[in-house]
Amino acid sequence: MAQMMYRDAVLSTIAEEMARDPSVVVLGEDVVGGMGTAGGPEAIGGIWSTSTGLFGQFGANRVIDTPISESAIIGAASGLALSGKRPVAELMFADFIGVCLDQIWNQMGKFRYMFGGKSKCPAVIRMAYGAGYNAAAQHSQSVHQILTGMPGLKVVMPSTPADVKGLLRTAIRDDDPVIFLEHKALYGMSGEVPDDPDFMIPFGHARLTRAGQDVTIVSSGLLLGFCEAVADKLAAEGIGCDVIDLRTTSPLDEEAILDSVEVTGRLVVVDEAPPRCGLAADLCALVSNKAFASLKAPPEAVTPPHTPIPFARELESAYLPSVDKIEAGVRKVLGWR
Amino acid sequence: MQLSRDALLRAYRRMKVIREFEERLHVEIMTGEIAGFTHLYCGQEAVAVGVCEHLDAADKIISTHRGHGHCLAKGCDVTAMMKEIWGSREGLGKGKGGSMHIADIEVGMLGANGIVGAGAPIAVGAALSAKIDGPGPDGLRVSIAFSGDGACNQGTTFEAMNFAVVTQAPCIFVFENNHYSEHTGVDYAVGTAGDIASRAEAFGMKAWRADGTDFFAVHDTMREVLAHVRAGNGPAAVEFDTERFFGHFEGDPQRYRGPGELDRIRAERDCLKKFRASVTAAGLLGDADLDAVDSESLDAIEAAVTAARAAARPTAEDVLTDVYISY
Repeated sequence: MAQMMYRDAVLSTIAEEMARDPSVVVLGEDVVGGMGTAGGPEAIGGIWSTSTGLFGQFGANRVIDTPISESAIIGAASGLALSGKRPVAELMFADFIGVCLDQIWNQMGKFRYMFGGKSKCPAVIRMAYGAGYNAAAQHSQSVHQILTGMPGLKVVMPSTPADVKGLLRTAIRDDDPVIFLEHKALYGMSGEVPDDPDFMIPFGHARLTRAGQDVTIVSSGLLLGFCEAVADKLAAEGIGCDVIDLRTTSPLDEEAILDSVEVTGRLVVVDEAPPRCGLAADLCALVSNKAFASLKAPPEAVTPPHTPIPFARELESAYLPSVDKIEAGVRKVLGWR
Repeated sequence: MQLSRDALLRAYRRMKVIREFEERLHVEIMTGEIAGFTHLYCGQEAVAVGVCEHLDAADKIISTHRGHGHCLAKGCDVTAMMKEIWGSREGLGKGKGGSMHIADIEVGMLGANGIVGAGAPIAVGAALSAKIDGPGPDGLRVSIAFSGDGACNQGTTFEAMNFAVVTQAPCIFVFENNHYSEHTGVDYAVGTAGDIASRAEAFGMKAWRADGTDFFAVHDTMREVLAHVRAGNGPAAVEFDTERFFGHFEGDPQRYRGPGELDRIRAERDCLKKFRASVTAAGLLGDADLDAVDSESLDAIEAAVTAARAAARPTAEDVLTDVYISY
């Protein structure tokens, strides 16, 4: 086991996979950083420090610094993947899917189906998402609910450095298009990471991070840690919480959620995306439909309100789910009737 | 460069098969037997064939919603395509894609595309793949983005052209100017006075222009373009002036056409007639040779339609397969 930050788990996994497989290539805005400047290549090395040194190690053919042209980046990733490469494309901010959604949704996600199962598109699109930096409405969003609703894509949301390592390796070696969502506020998180160069975590297998009998809390990404804090606090009162980290929203580990709710009878879904037509609503519906007889309380969703993400510190704090709001949600389902 | 008799016959056969494929679909669609939207390539055959006769399976192309001609020119199987358009599970896409989404990765055909302008960025990616692989004995493999005069107005096309120049990708942007983007004239919709190639030049690549109704003009131009790109000089563009004999889609009433326009372009701008006139006048092929190809082509289309009608239909279970490779 090595101690490693979330961002370093991203970088080291890409570097290891590039060294292992010459078909793995990286592309994105400023993934080299400094091209065409007095400072020269790698003057920056990527704004998230998730591609630092790759250019020097693997060269310009395999580490492609792109213009600010998101449709071209994602389209090129598809073209690379359809012609035998394994591109790992970086969309600097997840919010930028707005300018390249056609290439993600209508193109990459549909090729295999439209072409009758006779093509493969092993592309990974990494993107930094999430609020907490007062970056306002166009640089803070959680977009997994949009992308999870698109058949043909796999959607991954790691919440620890170890999960980054295991899930990103799986993503790069997977033959389908994968959206890999990295929470900005987790890049500096440190944790133990297995040393095994083939350590992989299969998609569609949730992780039980706290075990209890009274309530099931489902989350992923940054908010998972908030849920664990709530579970730990309630444990001191003798209240037991199952905390489930989804890891991937597509495929979804329905069984892990249903099995837990069948024991606890209570569900709280905690999600950073807006409430309408989102992941929280989807999971509440899933449990209502498939575990109705087990339920002791209506499923509860803890999400931001249906507004754009505000800028000011006070406003962003009021917008985001917090430990207190999650605790209130859990107490609500525990106290129902 | 003079083409051999075999090469001439092969090119003519490919153009004629495309023509008869589309003419037959025009008739069959009227019966209601074929579902969905269909966009026919009739009139533009010399472009697809004049370009693709220079390529082999290791070179890639990306096509458009008007893609049947590109698919056939690149080597997709006539019968498997017809079955796909009929929606059969024996079709190239098992009946899941239809007319606008025909692809055959094995022959380097990376897909027709229902979204105007979506293909160019994908073509750049395939070109980057070729650049990474490096040159073979004949130079670099290339990737070709077929686009129309409609797609030349999409931001994706601009992004792709700039990206290709920046990365020096061996990508060729082939613009087929058939004078209509859907139901709107190129003089209205393309701001550079209908001149598309100048846009590519503005992005920093060399561009060519040629008569897209003259197979030999297309073929000769592409020889130069390919020599330039295969040698590692980065991307290039070509604008071919061509004609669309049918509407934007089948069922289009075409009220935008001028009086006698369709008769005139069929009489004066038909690439097959021009090919025949050219090769017979030069004594390269005789009318009997070409008549034999005409007859064979009609037979091939008849056989494909018969096979498509008889082919197995997909089942409800087929809806659920082929979304992912691993679930």
